[in-house]
Amino acid sequence: MSAVMITRKVRKWEKLPGKNTFCCDGRVMMARQKGVFYLTLFLIVGTCSLFFAFECPYLAVHLSPSVPVFAIVLFFFVIAMLLRTSFSDPGVLPRALPEEATFIEMEIEAANGNVPAGQRPPPRIRNVQINNQIVKLKYCYTCKIFRPPRASHCSICDNCVDRFDHHCPWVGNCVGKRNYRYFYMFTLSLSLLTIYIFTFDIVHVVMRSVDKGFLNTLKETPGTYPFRLWPQKQLLCG
Amino acid sequence: MATEFHNLQELRHSASLANKVFIQRDYSEGTTCRFQTKFPSELESRIERKLFEDTVKTLNNYYTEAEKIGGQSYLEGCLACSTAYLIFLCMETRYEKVLKKISKYIQEQNEKIFAPRGLLITDPIERGMRVIEISIYEDRGSSGSSSGSSSVSGSTAR
Repeated sequence: MSAVMITRKVRKWEKLPGKNTFCCDGRVMMARQKGVFYLTLFLIVGTCSLFFAFECPYLAVHLSPSVPVFAIVLFFFVIAMLLRTSFSDPGVLPRALPEEATFIEMEIEAANGNVPAGQRPPPRIRNVQINNQIVKLKYCYTCKIFRPPRASHCSICDNCVDRFDHHCPWVGNCVGKRNYRYFYMFTLSLSLLTIYIFTFDIVHVVMRSVDKGFLNTLKETPGTYPFRLWPQKQLLCG
Repeated sequence: MATEFHNLQELRHSASLANKVFIQRDYSEGTTCRFQTKFPSELESRIERKLFEDTVKTLNNYYTEAEKIGGQSYLEGCLACSTAYLIFLCMETRYEKVLKKISKYIQEQNEKIFAPRGLLITDPIERGMRVIEISIYEDRGSSGSSSGSSSVSGSTAR
């Protein structure tokens, strides 16, 4: 009787040589350092919950109930965009398999010709013509590929990323071709949320001051203190 | 020496990999996804030039269709943005739909045209859209030279 071995199929993300962490069976892809991402999440959720707890009841009654409703919608949009940016694949280029790496090496040697011993070989560059302009494609020594135009190697994640913008520690991931849209919507909506909360902060303080005088207002609204400093910080990192 | 394979399974089980050819990207018309239709010399004796060029041209057309920016992609983008991209949990983007079509087309081409000639195309998406990888197989019974002449019998030309 032969024993039947059911071998589990190895998923692609398990074999990826870069320094990424994966969760939820490969659905979530992040960089290794996630501390700053948790900080971002805490700051956004923290300040928004202060806003909802202390300012919204007053504003809903004295101004309009649509003020907190719009704030909630915007808040959920910001969180959705942040999670989408952090958890999605930025456009990682798979490394060359051994056969392709050898093929490229042979091509490079053929192009460079014989280099006399002792001299450094010329840099590995492939010239490509794009719409009548010569673009130099650089060779990546880690991934063993000639990087496509606008691709770059992220040293933190140890991957070549297509249309690499930057590695954002606030988001805990690289920003590249596949998640640029979400990153941009995140920064845009976060700026909007910040301006919105700041504005209604001021409106709230002004309305209370008109009622009871400015000093009394400051005593009664401790929830607004973080907002004096927070919007500037938000706009700085955006 | 004849290298004849009747189907894909036979190719995978009884043949050994001799060589791989890589079709590079064609950037002459910009950075949109196109592959060079230049016929590689290693395939000279393996497949007719026209069949190969037709395959690459069809792939290029599929990629152009996938990346086309028009009314449908604009509406899809606006709808997705207004739902905070949650609609992508239920719906597939147009690009993903075309990628599925491409994958089916490549499988079909492999079964009908390439496998009977001892060749196999790898979907470019598996290589990050950088190259089309064509694997050249040799029958295990042969003496390992990759330039054997092949006689193709019963091939179904498109």
